[in-house]
Amino acid sequence: MSTVVNGIGVSPGIGHARALRLVRAALPPDVAVLDPATAMDSVSAACEAVAAAMEKRAAQSTGSMTDILDAQAMIVRDPSLAEVIRAGLEAGHTRTGAIHTAFESFSESLAAAGPYLAERVADLDDLEYRISATLLGVELADVIRIDDVSVVIAPDLAPADVASLDLSRVAAIVTQQGGATGHAAIVAKSLAIPAVVSCADAAAIEDGAWILVDGQAGTVTVDPSVAEVEAAVGRERSRTELLAAVSGPGRTSDGHRVELLTNIGTEFQSASKVDSEGVGLFRTEFMFLDRVEVPSFDEQVAAYSAAFRAFAGRKVIVRTLDAGSDKPLRFVPQRGESNPALGVRGLRVAREFPELLSDQLRAIGAAASESSAKVSVMAPMVSTPDEAVEFVTLARAAGIERVGVMAEVPALVLRADEVLEAVDFLSIGTNDLAQYAFAADRMLSGLSELTDPWQPALLILIERAAAAGAQVGKPVGVCGEAAGDPLLAPVLVGLGVTSLSMAPVLLPAVRAALADRSLEDCRRLSMLALGSRNGHAARAAVVGG
Amino acid sequence: MSVLERRVTVGSAVGLHARPAARLVRAVVAAGVPVTIGKPDAPQVNAASILSVLSLRAECGDQVVLQTPDGSASQALDQLAALVANNLDAETD
Repeated sequence: MSTVVNGIGVSPGIGHARALRLVRAALPPDVAVLDPATAMDSVSAACEAVAAAMEKRAAQSTGSMTDILDAQAMIVRDPSLAEVIRAGLEAGHTRTGAIHTAFESFSESLAAAGPYLAERVADLDDLEYRISATLLGVELADVIRIDDVSVVIAPDLAPADVASLDLSRVAAIVTQQGGATGHAAIVAKSLAIPAVVSCADAAAIEDGAWILVDGQAGTVTVDPSVAEVEAAVGRERSRTELLAAVSGPGRTSDGHRVELLTNIGTEFQSASKVDSEGVGLFRTEFMFLDRVEVPSFDEQVAAYSAAFRAFAGRKVIVRTLDAGSDKPLRFVPQRGESNPALGVRGLRVAREFPELLSDQLRAIGAAASESSAKVSVMAPMVSTPDEAVEFVTLARAAGIERVGVMAEVPALVLRADEVLEAVDFLSIGTNDLAQYAFAADRMLSGLSELTDPWQPALLILIERAAAAGAQVGKPVGVCGEAAGDPLLAPVLVGLGVTSLSMAPVLLPAVRAALADRSLEDCRRLSMLALGSRNGHAARAAVVGG
Repeated sequence: MSVLERRVTVGSAVGLHARPAARLVRAVVAAGVPVTIGKPDAPQVNAASILSVLSLRAECGDQVVLQTPDGSASQALDQLAALVANNLDAETD
């Protein structure tokens, strides 16, 4: 007889395998503290060892996992935590007792701060265990061995636990605690492993029992019947078929090809799993936002190589550092500009720090030469044909074959024909192009009507850039927010845009929207939008058309 | 000794949690000056402590006060204030 227990399904899919319970070794009691100062030294050493191990794992991970593990290392090294532990030792607590009290005091204030932070409390429990275990000489498994493909069941999964699992042998994940926004859920989703969290009744499941997990429905079935397994597999098949109904390269209903690409920052692993032809905008500054020093050449090569590996065989357009304005980088000195959006940003930074750009281009070239990804590079904030020529020369010298520029300054669009003599492609950043064309700060919500991507004047600029590209047979893409709007995407294609790059999550809907329209239809919609009085009217005309 | 102070509005859409909080703490540590942070009229906490910063529960749009007892750290405090005011979690183009 099968039994079904319920939790929250956080990552869809079906897993059917034997249960593998993750349990931790119980810790022996700690000895009494004779000298608080000596005791604190050993606690500090244990904290440092745990933090170093976390950072090592962080360096081997990617995307959100890296951030999470780095943040945990930061918690272990927290000076206020150390203060509370020291006070506990001085009050006569044992070391593990003082550690427990210190973590508990922070757990309480975080738990009171609402569900998002409350879920971080489970991580604190894990950190406390790791520090105490290290202190007492209890070995922490670096790698959790999984001999056969299994359903992993645990009270909760801390990021460090997930990092030590051989994920290729994990059929599904079930946790007794944790919530929809906890780390176990985030990680399972990003790795597309079926998962059910907050399943308290899973505590009763025995090691080795056959388990069927439905990550969509949030159900965990113990000893499922053949019929139950078949029904679940059937449900899963219809789910994936529905998603796959439109898949592969983007095209209109009459077969006109439109490249569908993704915008990435640091989340390239999860983005690489999305059905796309590659990356239309790789924002390199997001890899270095926290940096105080200029990242070294070798470090840059390693970072770019990791992204290129994730997109092996596919296209990757790397944008060189877009520092300044709303994205200050600590290693690029900022002067007090009264109008940063019009100041030294993007390619303009290279006027003052030429080696920042030449080093980055060399690092991209070196990483590209060892990768099967089709790497191109483009510069942000280019305003004149001369700047474009200069950038192309530098990039070619670094061994990069395909070189383009962003079209986000109206002056560049007005001279797109001359720019296209030098570059291989244009990529339109609609948000900045709108901001500069309308002289309206895109961050000011009061002016959002002016920076509306449906504004006919913006569409005219896009059309002009696309027409210049068509003249000479060079691609002109859009990588701004407009590209991810399923209603606007057909209009952009009608204006002559050849590729659309957007947040990975938006891609399926845009693909479906294009598959629904012929190229002729797209052109008709773009004429309707171009002929409208304002952004609202343009949108309304396309909705009605 | 004069205490320097900056009052800013939290710009990060998710408040001073997760990545924005971690960025602030890293910046404070890198600045190498003692800095505290707190809501107006509430006790100040160590801005180099991620747990303390998270415990503030500062949301987007909340006012926070940054202080340093180091009278020569005016520029560092300006940079930290700008960091808090910026929406560092947004990826915009």
